[in-house]
Amino acid sequence: MLEDKKSYSNIFLNGIFNDNPIFRLALSMCPAVGISTNMMNGLLMGIAVLFVQICSSLTISLMKNFIHPRIRIPTYTLTIATWVTVTDLVLAAFFPVAYKSLGIFVRLIVVFCFITMRLDVFARKNPVFPSLVDAVGMGFGFMFGMIAIGGVRELMGMGTLLGYDILGFRPLLFFVLPASGFFVVGFMMAIFNYTETIYNQRKRARSTAS
Amino acid sequence: MNSSAKDRIQTAERPYFNNLSVSFSPHFRSQVSTERIMWTVVACLMPSLILSMFVFGLQTLIITAVSVISCVMTEAISQKLLNRPIAITDGSAVITGVLLAYVIPPGVPYWMPIPGAIMAIFITKIIMGGLGFNVFNPALMGRALLMASYPVAMTAGWLTPIRDLSLDKYLNAGVDAISTATPLYVLKHYGLNGLIEKFGSLSTLYFDFFFGFSPGCIGETSACVLLVGGIVLLYKRYITWHIPVSVIASTAFFTWIFGGETYFSGNPVLAVLSGGVILGAFFMATDYVTSPNEKRGQMIFGAGIGALTVLIRLKGGYPEGVCYAILLMNPLVPALDQWFRPKRFSEGAS
Repeated sequence: MLEDKKSYSNIFLNGIFNDNPIFRLALSMCPAVGISTNMMNGLLMGIAVLFVQICSSLTISLMKNFIHPRIRIPTYTLTIATWVTVTDLVLAAFFPVAYKSLGIFVRLIVVFCFITMRLDVFARKNPVFPSLVDAVGMGFGFMFGMIAIGGVRELMGMGTLLGYDILGFRPLLFFVLPASGFFVVGFMMAIFNYTETIYNQRKRARSTAS
Repeated sequence: MNSSAKDRIQTAERPYFNNLSVSFSPHFRSQVSTERIMWTVVACLMPSLILSMFVFGLQTLIITAVSVISCVMTEAISQKLLNRPIAITDGSAVITGVLLAYVIPPGVPYWMPIPGAIMAIFITKIIMGGLGFNVFNPALMGRALLMASYPVAMTAGWLTPIRDLSLDKYLNAGVDAISTATPLYVLKHYGLNGLIEKFGSLSTLYFDFFFGFSPGCIGETSACVLLVGGIVLLYKRYITWHIPVSVIASTAFFTWIFGGETYFSGNPVLAVLSGGVILGAFFMATDYVTSPNEKRGQMIFGAGIGALTVLIRLKGGYPEGVCYAILLMNPLVPALDQWFRPKRFSEGAS
């Protein structure tokens, strides 16, 4: 029934714009503030979350007929924990540097609210392929947010992007300190909302004009 | 009703019969307005700037000018962008600029106040809703940002005071300025004996600190001049004595207890005269927006600032703690306002 109203591209874009985990739903703010001191961390975190989200959504979507509704939340947690363990071990084995820089946050993916939320809201009720599209959209939305926050903080704090020197000097060391995470997330959220308000106004104006 | 008040009502462009019906109160307005208070505070701060020009050289004036101009510009631009009425003439941005310059060292680069001004005006004040809605003291938030961002420049920019009035020293002061350590830094790391060794005997120490011939931030060195400005504000009744007295008293008290080698052997006079206690007590903690309204709340607010200042000075990583003490007490203001409400008329009479 969902496919009648929305095409797959809508489901995908929903995760990036309308239901962006960081800027719109304000879920999983802990990594958005804590780990996003540079762009590389944001990218790695985004990839790890994307992987966990896709695998968990697929698992739950496949198993949805066997899960009793009363115990669905523990089931989700166990599923996510399984895939986080996989991610954790793979990162530790093959990318030790990245694993070290992400630290505890990889294991914290277990309690990222928006993954559980997506399983409960979407994967539980939809077939496998839409769930996959939704998971990819949400993962990319999260990755987009993390990269944007990390990029701003790294550029303003150290004058670099992904380790490459861009500005040649350090504008404000404040931006790599923990406190600035709140400022940057808040301001980007405001910019996101403002852009969307303007976009919707234009859209409404266009639809009334035509 | 005296005759002049009658005249005022008569001449207020009303038809005669309107005199019989009484309008709602207030019927009289005093001449005191926000603009007037703000500009008076700016005037009370000016002597300190003039003195620091003589003590540290002309670059203090340039830093203050940069700070004031960037604060006013930030306010004008952000109010323009947010479609609010542009209120730069009320003087609050000027006060923020002057205070921001007063709490940074005289030996910093000239562009240094600009990020502090953006933090102070845009993020601390305008984003929160404009004048009257800011939780934290804007100037001190600017200083906190600068301390976090440029720790080296902000802790090494102290200049040795100029004592003899030779002209070439002023003109060259920015070039070959001798950087030195503040009294509080010396006191923290070398003790009282180190302080006496560096700045002379204890009596000259008191004299120098009282009149402002000691290394320190641009506007905080001279207790004497700041006290004159504070007393003018007290005399005009723009501030009450509760906050300044409680800040100074509690700083002195806690320093006396914990400041020395043993208990009850600290030097309270030195603690009050050195660093930004006087500036903070009279001009920063008394900010109307970020201080409690009720007397008991104000006393507790001031005492908390003093205690936190001593705690940061003695146990913290920084030699000076007034800035962070005020910033830490600011979020408590709504709670203090709620705990200590002014007694309503006839309350408790039943």
